[in-house]
Amino acid sequence: MSSDPTPAMPRNNVMEVQTDLLPKTDASDGALAYKGLSANEFRKSGAKKLTAEQTTKRMAWVAQVIAVRDDKDRSAFAEIFGYFAPRVKSFLIKSGASPDLAEECTQEVMATLWNKAHMFDPTKASVSTWIFTIARNRKIDMLRKQKRPEPEDLPWGPEPEPDQAEAMGLQQETEKLGEALATLPPEQRKLIEKAYFGELSHSEIAAETGLPLGTIKSRIRLALERLRHKMK
Amino acid sequence: MMTDMKKIKHHLTEELLMGYAAGTLPEAFNLVVATHISMCDECRAALAEYEAVGGEVMMGGDPIDLAEDALAATIALIENGNVGKPIVAPKPKVSGLFPTPLQEYVNGDLDAVKWRKIGGGVSQMILNTSKEATVRLLHIPAGTAVPDHGHHGTELTLVLQGAFVDETDRFGVGDVEVANEDLNHTPVAEEGMDCICLAATDAPLKFNSLMPRIAQKFVRI
Repeated sequence: MSSDPTPAMPRNNVMEVQTDLLPKTDASDGALAYKGLSANEFRKSGAKKLTAEQTTKRMAWVAQVIAVRDDKDRSAFAEIFGYFAPRVKSFLIKSGASPDLAEECTQEVMATLWNKAHMFDPTKASVSTWIFTIARNRKIDMLRKQKRPEPEDLPWGPEPEPDQAEAMGLQQETEKLGEALATLPPEQRKLIEKAYFGELSHSEIAAETGLPLGTIKSRIRLALERLRHKMK
Repeated sequence: MMTDMKKIKHHLTEELLMGYAAGTLPEAFNLVVATHISMCDECRAALAEYEAVGGEVMMGGDPIDLAEDALAATIALIENGNVGKPIVAPKPKVSGLFPTPLQEYVNGDLDAVKWRKIGGGVSQMILNTSKEATVRLLHIPAGTAVPDHGHHGTELTLVLQGAFVDETDRFGVGDVEVANEDLNHTPVAEEGMDCICLAATDAPLKFNSLMPRIAQKFVRI
């Protein structure tokens, strides 16, 4: 905490933030009461190959974002912050930001998450994917000083309330994807990481490794195919 | 957008989708990608997958601690209300020829384009983006050929109206041709309707005859 936060922050927040930093003991179950379904119902309807724990973790993040969206829940926000902010910072540093810039940028990414929580749709993206897209856009804005054109929204009007099973399915898919990525052969995983961090373009990776560009491209393709295969 | 999505045959490459998801492409390429995705459900779905990969790459990194007061500072940012630029997927505007991301660069639809003749009946409008690459609208009268050319870098050409044919295939509305160093081609607009394309290049084109090469200096192709 900063030593004198009073000028910038209204009276009641400082204490709230501090107490809310302590994780709630019942977070994994309590936070799961999302759209009227209990944690047990979540587990029953979902986890096939994944452990209940992994599924619970992903769905707990969804519930936390929903709690931020619907109730401006600071304790849920503190938990999301505690888990994701250090990963966003790491991503930004690997993408070429200085530690100071990455720190500032990460705080803005997390503030955007709070402000735009109403736009989160768990049937379209997992929490990790959604936070990644916010961080990526901030990276383009800050590091590359560019606008980012976004595709037009699909023209079929307001969506119905997100479907529970669909949201669950998507979170599980994403968990599987994360596991598949972690178990790729190291060289393949590194190429994928380099491509996302934008450290190097495919041609620069080729120059650095001394491998022909075609080889780099086909190795990345192979890694993606392997990911797809593991997702089946 | 009145586009029959089933007709799209030529899609974005994995490399482009991945680069767009990662945020590593030049702005000019991003515009072509965003415009194509606005017209193509298949690439829209593929993009979601590449973004998910990005999320998991981020998750797999070694976490780096933030400053001690970072959470409080973030709450202060929220309360001061001066951050949180939306990642807004633009809503479709009045129906027109151009998908919304393109309309935002043109400041309107087809009738807002300020065409400039570049010779051979072809007109263009260069759109304002970062300098690593350039993107332009091209108007090619029906039956007209764009001079035979090759590429130093990558050229993306997305068809918005009409169609063109080159040595490789036919490209209709929504199709995107990804050309690189290996391709020398002479795109010809199909008879019947003028062809309007959105084309991005990250290096000047290589024209294979002298006249277009001289003209190139003046029209920045």
